[in-house]
Amino acid sequence: MSAWFAQHRAALAAALRRLWSTPLNTLLSLLVIGIALTLPGFGYVALDNLRDLGNSATGVQQISLFMNLDASRKDVGEIENRLRQAATGKWHFVPKEEALKRMQASEGMAEIVASLPRNPLPDAFVIEPTNGEPEALEILRKEIAGWPKVAHVQLDSAWVKRFDAFLRLARLALWMLAAIFAAGLVAVTFNTIRLQVMAQAAEIEVARMIGATDAFIRRPFYYYGALQGALGGLLAAGLVFAALHLLGEPVGNLAALYGSSFALREPGPVEVAALAALGAFLGWIGAQLSVSLSLRKFD
Amino acid sequence: MIVASNLSKRYPGGYEALGDVSFAIEAGQMVFITGHSGAGKTTLVKLVASIERPTAGSLVVNGQNLSALRRSAIPYVRRHLGLIFQDQKLLFDRSALDNVLLPLQIAGMPRREAVRRAQAALDKVGLLAREKARPIALSGGEQQRLAIARAVVNRPTILIADEPTGNLDAESAGDILELFADFNRVGVTVVVATHDQNWIERYRPNVLRLDHGRLVA
Repeated sequence: MSAWFAQHRAALAAALRRLWSTPLNTLLSLLVIGIALTLPGFGYVALDNLRDLGNSATGVQQISLFMNLDASRKDVGEIENRLRQAATGKWHFVPKEEALKRMQASEGMAEIVASLPRNPLPDAFVIEPTNGEPEALEILRKEIAGWPKVAHVQLDSAWVKRFDAFLRLARLALWMLAAIFAAGLVAVTFNTIRLQVMAQAAEIEVARMIGATDAFIRRPFYYYGALQGALGGLLAAGLVFAALHLLGEPVGNLAALYGSSFALREPGPVEVAALAALGAFLGWIGAQLSVSLSLRKFD
Repeated sequence: MIVASNLSKRYPGGYEALGDVSFAIEAGQMVFITGHSGAGKTTLVKLVASIERPTAGSLVVNGQNLSALRRSAIPYVRRHLGLIFQDQKLLFDRSALDNVLLPLQIAGMPRREAVRRAQAALDKVGLLAREKARPIALSGGEQQRLAIARAVVNRPTILIADEPTGNLDAESAGDILELFADFNRVGVTVVVATHDQNWIERYRPNVLRLDHGRLVA
């Protein structure tokens, strides 16, 4: 067990030495990896912030249910029963007389209302569903629209749906972007490791000759790829922080103009660690592919 | 112990480097393989070191049949062999000591003990004073002795050398031969492929003579 640890420590040390011994190459590789991870990383943070913004702006979701003008008290009772059975959340009934009274209370509306021959407003319900998911709201709206004597059901927050669809589209685009850059990262690691293997050809040949296992020969390259990826991930996190820092004040100013106290949320330690881990994982994959292919010629 | 039975090696393209060779080298023997260039000496060394695989016959080294060996088992077989080549295959980017340390690192020995063993091996070949020197700063004879130190540091039971004195003057070659004889005295089986007649005369009858891939003596 201690021999196993010693060999891993030696492989890690060898990988660090190799990274350190060619500072310019290392720096360039890190920049490429860092930038490749920055774009999806920044996109993720931006979407996260947009979602926060969306949630805070939406507040409570409402569905307005308007009855037919000829609906009777009995029809209203029927709807009340159904709402109670559906147990969809809070709701309250707005009788047409009350709606008219409210309208009269609004500035400048009193005269108009007075001139009307009869009350043009229908009885209405305002429903606040417990489940605010856009899909659930849509299902509820369709169901209610099929009830008797219901003239119109209006989702008061159709824009929430649109915003949600936009977020979903953006998330998909982000995933595609991330996949492309991940492939790029693997390719960059593949190439640097291939060059490493070529540079270490003499050592690999000798080590093979004197009884080195495949694992012994591969290990330093795996560590190299993973370390390079992890460092690239940390660099990307640094770039995202820098971008957020630069954007923080203008965003604050803009939000203030709309009377909001919205502030950009920065990635937490878990997200930074995840970015580094992602970089390490992709670097490890690149190293694995590269070493498997490059070492064939030593057989 | 090395036992070959009807051992053959045919390279792709049909060239037969070794044909139907049988011999037995007992543990503790010192044996010379000789013959003209292209007689099959190097091929035989490569077969014993599992660098090449036989195309027919069997080759048993330390009780392991090399023709039936899994690829993953080869490294462990090599750790019991000390291999020495005409071009010493030293690593020029590190010190003499680090070259000798390599087999011990591969075997996973703790650093302190490994350094002690490596220094002992360097001392044995008379290079302890030069442990920090890069191989490029060593003479031809010193480089070959360094290669021997690396080959013996793991305390192999068999030492195999392919033309170890090919590039050396007579005096350095004599030193190398003395070293091999020393290791043989403490029980190591030594197999040397060479065309150096002096050695061959001295060690008759422990000589395997190859001619066009066939064993003639």
